[in-house]
Amino acid sequence: MLNRIIAIAKKELKQLSRDTRMLFIIFFFPVVLLIIFGYAINFDVKHIKIAVYDRDKSDYTREYVNGLISSEYFDLITYVQDESEIKRLLDEKIVQAVVVFPNDLSRKLLSKQEVKVQYLIDGVDGTTASAIQNYVNAATYSYSIKLTKEYLAVTGKNSYVPIDLQPRFWFNPELQSTKFLIPGLMGMILIVTAVISISLSIVREKERGTIEQINVSPLSSFEFILGKTIPYIFISLINATIVLVAGYILFGIVIQGSLFLLLFGTLTFLFAALGLGIFISTVADSQQVAFQAANVTSLLPSFMLSGFIFPIETMPAAIQALTNVTPAKFYVVILRAILLRGAGISAFWDQLIYLGIFGTVFITLAIIVDKRSKGKQ
Amino acid sequence: MKTIYHFIIKELLQVKRDKKMLAIIFMAPILQLIFLGYAANMDVNIVHTTIFDQDKTETSRNFIRQLVETGYFKIDYNANSYEEITDLLNEGKTLVAIIIPKDFEKKIIRRETTPLQTIFEGSDASKASMALGYIQGVTTRFSQNLITETKDKLGMKISLSGSLTPEVRVWYNPEMKSRIFMVPGILGLVLMISTISLMSMAVVREREIGTMEQLIVTPIKKYQLLLGKLIPFTMIGFVILVIVMILMTQWFGIIIRGNRLFLLFSAFLFILSNLGIGLLISTVSKTQQQAMMASVFAVMMPMIYLSGFAFPIENMPKFFQYITYAIPLRYFITIIRGVVLKGIGITSLWSEVLILFGMGVSILILSAMRFSKKIE
Repeated sequence: MLNRIIAIAKKELKQLSRDTRMLFIIFFFPVVLLIIFGYAINFDVKHIKIAVYDRDKSDYTREYVNGLISSEYFDLITYVQDESEIKRLLDEKIVQAVVVFPNDLSRKLLSKQEVKVQYLIDGVDGTTASAIQNYVNAATYSYSIKLTKEYLAVTGKNSYVPIDLQPRFWFNPELQSTKFLIPGLMGMILIVTAVISISLSIVREKERGTIEQINVSPLSSFEFILGKTIPYIFISLINATIVLVAGYILFGIVIQGSLFLLLFGTLTFLFAALGLGIFISTVADSQQVAFQAANVTSLLPSFMLSGFIFPIETMPAAIQALTNVTPAKFYVVILRAILLRGAGISAFWDQLIYLGIFGTVFITLAIIVDKRSKGKQ
Repeated sequence: MKTIYHFIIKELLQVKRDKKMLAIIFMAPILQLIFLGYAANMDVNIVHTTIFDQDKTETSRNFIRQLVETGYFKIDYNANSYEEITDLLNEGKTLVAIIIPKDFEKKIIRRETTPLQTIFEGSDASKASMALGYIQGVTTRFSQNLITETKDKLGMKISLSGSLTPEVRVWYNPEMKSRIFMVPGILGLVLMISTISLMSMAVVREREIGTMEQLIVTPIKKYQLLLGKLIPFTMIGFVILVIVMILMTQWFGIIIRGNRLFLLFSAFLFILSNLGIGLLISTVSKTQQQAMMASVFAVMMPMIYLSGFAFPIENMPKFFQYITYAIPLRYFITIIRGVVLKGIGITSLWSEVLILFGMGVSILILSAMRFSKKIE
């Protein structure tokens, strides 16, 4: 039995190694994706494009604007002379926010009153908008505090800083988003490789008719599937290693936790992902269908339902339940625990069990479907 | 003309006969749009907070109240020791721990500076820095009130100097909800994935199954064959488009503020450029497996990340910003968000439309040139 499995695995590996183009795609593009993630993807909102509508034109407003644009958060694009221009600037995304100073700003300040500085923010992207809101709040209050201090100094009263905020960030002191995103990216790459490649490689035999030769050979379907799976487990492990090594070389991401646990977690995840792939291959008759099915079950779900980018806790309850259909979700938790926090098995043993259940369920389903379709023939 | 017509009928029949394929082509976009539309939510509106109030005075309680009143902070735990805080952070149960020192009130009354320690679970950098922003907002406002206001002997508030406060108005999407921003983007994604993945298989499939040889020996011309492949997939793409549009407006209740016909027209151009990309993959690849891996890893995943769908292009380094100009999805997302959220049309978006059109045509021509009616 072992011989037969090894024979199938060898045959599959040979076929794969002959297809250099395919290997190039599988091994090279994950690194490209990693580079995109490391350098291009950034949630830090900086260089916000602003326009200023200054109806006061005083030293105060000039100083305020200088303060804004001397930080890396704001770039002054233009001054607005007329209220009607504002709409066009925001509509065409020329600026992201417009500052409006009321015409009685300096008069009110001098008479010890409170003045409102108005901000109009493009809210299309809610996340960016709320970051901008944070920055303009901070900028306005800190300028206001500065004014007060100067004023109090002139009048001879002492001023002081009441609260000294001391933020500290654990686990990720430089607040690199790459660190947080790499586990998700790894999950996504592995699941797509595993699900698509295993389902296609089985369906391909169906489509080309070579499965009939296998059916008449003394090979059982268990041996066949296992033989088919082993090469892809290898490929996926190599893939994972490439991503981790590239992450270390390019971004200095060190694995905090145990390597053994990482390997074990990855293997459990691959069991689940390949289970899904095998199930798809029993349902699909053509590679086209298998590809579409693999896309639906792995590409977007692993991107959007895994907690990779969109936090699961903010999803509606029904969708939260649905996130359990993507093994990537569990894997992302495991990876983040091991890679970022160096946590031990106590932090994610439940995730391992979920993955085990997931894989078992789909392989069982695959066996049932397979038996039924064989019965029909 | 007649040849093309028959070819189109043949393609459509093939799709129609394959029930599984038919189901998945149309069900996939529907299911994905619905589920992902609910899932795509980046609002950091709840900051899970732990408070360690060592002072327990009116001032410290007042500060906590001001935190809660912003609506962003949910105080899940009141810690009593640093060990407790460490555990909560380690287990990822809280995003931030705010530690109010023992002499908080005393120092404030004496007009001295008091430290305020905040410890963040920083693994999710964007979430942590957003939360820091909220805390900064509260502390600066709190500080400002302390400096500018003082109480006279009768306990009445008097202001010592003038002050500035921000008044923020958010346009287009006043509640800053992600959904209204995300769903149109997902529509673009779903449309791209279904059209590229369908088309990328189209030609290479005939090669792999061997039916290409039959096509080669028939008196069908190259351009007829290509059109015969493109037209049915354009039709399918258009049907998918109409379905997802209806879903967006009816299911999610997102109102299209701009011109619907303009949006449909731009979407049509978008579909064409995707089909072009798919066709190019299909003519370059030798097997369906290659075509799929190439379309997923080399085309769709980078495009999803760089399109501005989830990650704002303005935040990317210049180099990557230039790359995004080559991505049709980027233009379509700008168009659909502009039309849906801002109600703008051709006068503001003509350049995007023009680029989509140019891209569609040039990719199609390129892939037609690559395509050869020969056996390799």
